[in-house]
Amino acid sequence: MSIVDKIKEGLGDKIIDWYQHASRRIYISIKPSDIKEVAQILFRDLGLRLATASGQDTPVGLEILYHFSFDKTGEIVSVRVIIKDKKKPEIDSLAPLFPAAEWIEREMWEMLGIKFIGHPNLKHLLLIDEWPQEQYPLRHQHES
Amino acid sequence: MSHKVVIPIGPYHPLQEEPEFFRLYVEGEKVVDIDIVIGYNHRGIEELSEHKHFDQVTFLVERICGICSTSHPFAYVNAVEDLAKIQVPERALYIRTIIAEMERIHSHLLWLGLAGHFIGYNTVWMWAWRYREPVLDCFEMITGNRNHYAMMKIGGVRRNIKDEDIPILRKTLDDLVPAVKMFEGAVVDDPVIRARLKGIGILTKQQAIDWCVLGPTARASGLNIDVRRDDPYGAYDRVSWNVIVQAEGDIFAKTVVRILELYESISIIQQCLEKMPKGEIDANVKDIPPGEGIGHVEAPRGECFHYVRSDGTNRPIRHKIRAPSFMNVASNKIAAVGGTISDAAITLAAVDPCYCCTERVIVLDKATHKKILNGWDLIKLSQEKTEQLKKSKGFPA
Amino acid sequence: MDLKLKALTKSLWVFHAACSPCNNCDIEILDVLTPRHDVERFGIVLVGSVRHADVLLVTGIPNYKTKERLKRLYAQAPQPCLVVAIGSCACGRNMFKDSYNSPCAVDEVVPVSAYIPGCPPKPEAIIAGVVKLIQKVQEKK
Repeated sequence: MSIVDKIKEGLGDKIIDWYQHASRRIYISIKPSDIKEVAQILFRDLGLRLATASGQDTPVGLEILYHFSFDKTGEIVSVRVIIKDKKKPEIDSLAPLFPAAEWIEREMWEMLGIKFIGHPNLKHLLLIDEWPQEQYPLRHQHES
Repeated sequence: MSHKVVIPIGPYHPLQEEPEFFRLYVEGEKVVDIDIVIGYNHRGIEELSEHKHFDQVTFLVERICGICSTSHPFAYVNAVEDLAKIQVPERALYIRTIIAEMERIHSHLLWLGLAGHFIGYNTVWMWAWRYREPVLDCFEMITGNRNHYAMMKIGGVRRNIKDEDIPILRKTLDDLVPAVKMFEGAVVDDPVIRARLKGIGILTKQQAIDWCVLGPTARASGLNIDVRRDDPYGAYDRVSWNVIVQAEGDIFAKTVVRILELYESISIIQQCLEKMPKGEIDANVKDIPPGEGIGHVEAPRGECFHYVRSDGTNRPIRHKIRAPSFMNVASNKIAAVGGTISDAAITLAAVDPCYCCTERVIVLDKATHKKILNGWDLIKLSQEKTEQLKKSKGFPA
Repeated sequence: MDLKLKALTKSLWVFHAACSPCNNCDIEILDVLTPRHDVERFGIVLVGSVRHADVLLVTGIPNYKTKERLKRLYAQAPQPCLVVAIGSCACGRNMFKDSYNSPCAVDEVVPVSAYIPGCPPKPEAIIAGVVKLIQKVQEKK
């Protein structure tokens, strides 16, 4: 079974959307509340590696793309979640699952203000500790 | 010889928190905890990208890191070409590969030199950097600069490799092979270096997986991953070469991986020079359509990952950059803790972080939080340990 | 004070103070010490503590974390201490001047005696810059 089939089977109806951009670039959308289970399946059960996660401020919400790489075939499966509440954005932390997620999530918190529930050390990583609160460098000022 | 507390450097208040890169907490000789504080090199490049047009971003990301200066533009142009489904001309793929492998050679020689310096083999430092110079000369010949080559471009490369430059490049590579053999012999067969580096700073395979480490750091722990083979780009699938993997996960293994990779890089470049076709070097890309793309390359330190999103205008609306050291440096929490302070300098340097980062180290006593040593002291301690090992093995100091 | 300044141009002890560089300038500084260029024969030595330094070599742009460090280092350096800004970033912030993490340029934090531009400046350029600085200092009465 290809990794794509294994993922479809493992995640089942958690997959809201599936888009194949190129032979090794797949984008899946899921609900934010499912991220911990999905990460458990992809990382622990199926052996994908978390390359990184990119957060982005979009008009519909704060979007996070978790980029998982299946090194055996070179496919990158990017899992998309959209956190609609921009005033109090929260999502489960993956750091309890594997330590590599710690710094990745800290960076997203300080750049976008997303709170990662269960993160052991959510404090500034790149910016000084005295950086003004509620000032997130990658947030845009959208016109309403 | 018991180690006494060293006089702290400078009139610092004992409890003042120095914003250092690595804060090592020790009990006696043993490192019991480590705080890693990054952000010294943070210049807000992702945000700056959103204000530059696509071609300007290539120059911007080159300056993320001077040593991996072509890996970041390479990953970036791969991301944009993935987004817009651009076909890059064959000759450009080969030229990109040649430049990337030359960078790997100069970077690994640089690391070899620094590692030699850290453990007190200053001749290794001088010789490694001496052999690095002809590689930099070739860069200057082909691209116009010893570093920051500005070769990558969306859709191709910016400069061609002239026919008259190829024999000089070939000769430089041929002369490099006996030099690498010498380093291999000097490092791998030296009993003092073996004693110094074997069993130190171990990262097991499972730890390497949990911390998602990359590059030689991962391959030295038995993780058989290499972007060049796993998700081929450039001309890597058009030439034959080996991925070097070692199993022990210690610093000796990381050293062996880097030295053996030098042979592979030389071989890849020579094959590319043979097979490189004549032809166009630029796809002449005009517009980038809306969409998102991912590009990653195997930089000398590991996977360099770029994600780009476009809305059809002439600037990226999001550019995510993840350098390999971001993942590798964090793993020092495992590798450095439990070792001694005389091994700390080389353990921290083994993942090949930015040179500047290795400057900013302090050692604090765990009980009192008093600063007792700085980075230079750690290097001295490391060099002293080598001297003691030499004496114990009956070698002249 | 002037006699002291002239005297120290005989053998310069340099301290490398990196702000937020990309490391290229730093590697070229180290390169200046290697066999091909080998400035140790002129008595120029890299020291580990700023308290022994005659010259502060500054690279990179000061960001919020490194600006304070640079100020502190300069304050600890025994006077007279010459500051040399190496690389386009240290000279004028280059393409990073609009960054949210870049509050100022190097010469707004410490007084700079010499600017050596380049990205990175070649080792020959660094040596030429240092020689020019030494000559300038020696000319002063």
